[in-house]
Amino acid sequence: MKWMWNPKYEAMDREELEQIQLERLQATLHHAYRHVPFYRELFDRAGLGPGDILSLQDLREVPFTTKEDLLQGFPYAFFAVPLTNVARIHTSSGTTGKPIVVGYTKRDLQYWAHLNARILLAGGLGERDVVQISFNYGLFTGGFGFHAGAELLGATVIPASAMSITRQINVMINFKATALVSLPSHALRIGHRLQEMGIDPRSLSLKVGFFGAEPWSEATRRQIEDHLMIKALDNYGLAEVGGPGVSYECEYRQGLHVSEDHFYPEVIDPTTGEVLGPGQEGELVLTTLAKEAFPVLRFRTGDLTSLSYEPCECGRTLVRMSRVKGRVDDMIIVRGINLFPSQVEDILLSFQVGPNYLIRLYREEGLDQAEVQVESVLTGAKERKALTKRIERDLAEKLGLEIRVVLMDPGGIKASSGKQQVVMDEREI
Amino acid sequence: MLKARRLKVFYGRIQAVKGVSFHIHKGETVAFIGPNGAGKSSVLMALSGVVRKEGEVILEGRDISQLSPYALAKEGIIQVPEGRQVFSSLTVEENLLLGGFPKRKDKKWMKETKEWVYHLFPLLAERRRQLAGSLSGGEQQMLALGRALMGDPRILLLDEPSLGLAPVIVEDIYRTLRELRKERSMSIILVEQNAPLALEFAHRAYVMESGAIVLSGETEMLISDDTVLDVYLGRAREDFFD
Repeated sequence: MKWMWNPKYEAMDREELEQIQLERLQATLHHAYRHVPFYRELFDRAGLGPGDILSLQDLREVPFTTKEDLLQGFPYAFFAVPLTNVARIHTSSGTTGKPIVVGYTKRDLQYWAHLNARILLAGGLGERDVVQISFNYGLFTGGFGFHAGAELLGATVIPASAMSITRQINVMINFKATALVSLPSHALRIGHRLQEMGIDPRSLSLKVGFFGAEPWSEATRRQIEDHLMIKALDNYGLAEVGGPGVSYECEYRQGLHVSEDHFYPEVIDPTTGEVLGPGQEGELVLTTLAKEAFPVLRFRTGDLTSLSYEPCECGRTLVRMSRVKGRVDDMIIVRGINLFPSQVEDILLSFQVGPNYLIRLYREEGLDQAEVQVESVLTGAKERKALTKRIERDLAEKLGLEIRVVLMDPGGIKASSGKQQVVMDEREI
Repeated sequence: MLKARRLKVFYGRIQAVKGVSFHIHKGETVAFIGPNGAGKSSVLMALSGVVRKEGEVILEGRDISQLSPYALAKEGIIQVPEGRQVFSSLTVEENLLLGGFPKRKDKKWMKETKEWVYHLFPLLAERRRQLAGSLSGGEQQMLALGRALMGDPRILLLDEPSLGLAPVIVEDIYRTLRELRKERSMSIILVEQNAPLALEFAHRAYVMESGAIVLSGETEMLISDDTVLDVYLGRAREDFFD
């Protein structure tokens, strides 16, 4: 129990946990049905009422909700409470024009802080720690989510946010940060820079890092741990269900414990929608159990994982999900920003370039970089340069991500046989 | 300690409780709040066995959903009815002794508990020979409560103890409830229309609307949250649906 923030829930007997899940589910279903027209129609179309879902298994009767559904609710159609009761707004990242807007009541914010405190305590953090949060503070959920968790835990918080790598390192050294919260790629970049600067990572106070918001491999974990001389822990969350705090690794790092008192996880076959058993890999589907402002029912995350109900050595009884290895769809995640190739394509087409293009993802000094190669009929060097700049500016503005544009001559992009591959991922994720 | 799953209550063809699930721990106070007609009292009556119900009620691992009201009372599930239904033509003391009917064979226990009830409600002690019908509203509520305590409740079911009483008397009753909760560790399921009062007294609460539980949580979380009052208890309903 030493490393649990809410041992009552984190180590709860499964039968008792399921009772609580059922109770919270009934409330969530009624709340969503009564206050969100989309869910009311979803139920009505399926010939169901919230009162028909009387067990956790019955939840399978409820149709899925997708990212597209949520996007259509822009901005507030999915809010289940009046705006006067919404204390905070965040958005999903990297979507063109209209992101998914999520709201939090005061109670949602309180719970969110607890969920984030769980992540940090599971990594051994306490009052004596100095936590450097290098997630962007803004509409992105990462910064504020961890900030509240670290404060609740009683740690000393450095809201470093989005500063340059050099300043991050200065802050880390001068303020004696003992923990880092960031994107894994960001941590790698800090590690590389330390090496360049000739700083011995053992001279830092840093001992543990909490990384998430983009997929990262065991190889990346080893690199981070070697370069920073820390223990690197994974955590998972997404804006649609409230941001970080869905699941987290404990010291044994055998999968991520899902905070099941707040989220009901299912893994489905992405093609048939059928619910899969423990150990079977499929798409993670989440239902929130205690959200007031933004309840979400059976949300298809698009992330591939599997669930394990085997007991964990840490004493937590919460189910573990395997580390997310990939996506069901073609969504790509670069520096914590989610985007679909189709969004890039739309922008390219508006400049009358293409139609063939290739998105290349690679890593430079530990940082994810994106480049798009696209065919253009323009010939003048000056015009080509100007066009490149204009497209780059538009991509950055609409996607929130800097993407280098490389214009190619017509026929310069080889269309491979069959389905054209539009993304080339050279990062070692 | 007690778990209910998919509990339904019907009055003829009208479904007053639509398959609710809830639980209560030993020594815990849980409140059911919500507007009039939401089904709160029906939940209590289902637990005490006086209305027909469907679903599971599990007391310490045992299904008690089929037990009669008398058998349930012997299990320690005892209801203080709404509207202070005391036997007006009997004396205060006779009312109390009736409450102890399931424990009538244990004379020593009866005597001690009666004295404890008089200690909790000194007013009842003063009026022990008086007819219950001559008591004031507040005193009748105290008597109804005292009578339930005589049944040795493990789970005390309280239906609207503040209904129709002056604020100062309500305060008095809740003060006594706190005292008895401290002196004997018993679980209390409370139905109240006065939500702030219930939230202050209970550890956890379930909010009901139209026969369904639409929200649950620890009361300290619910109190600090305007949303509960606004959205669930109807303060801002008009704004909401415009």
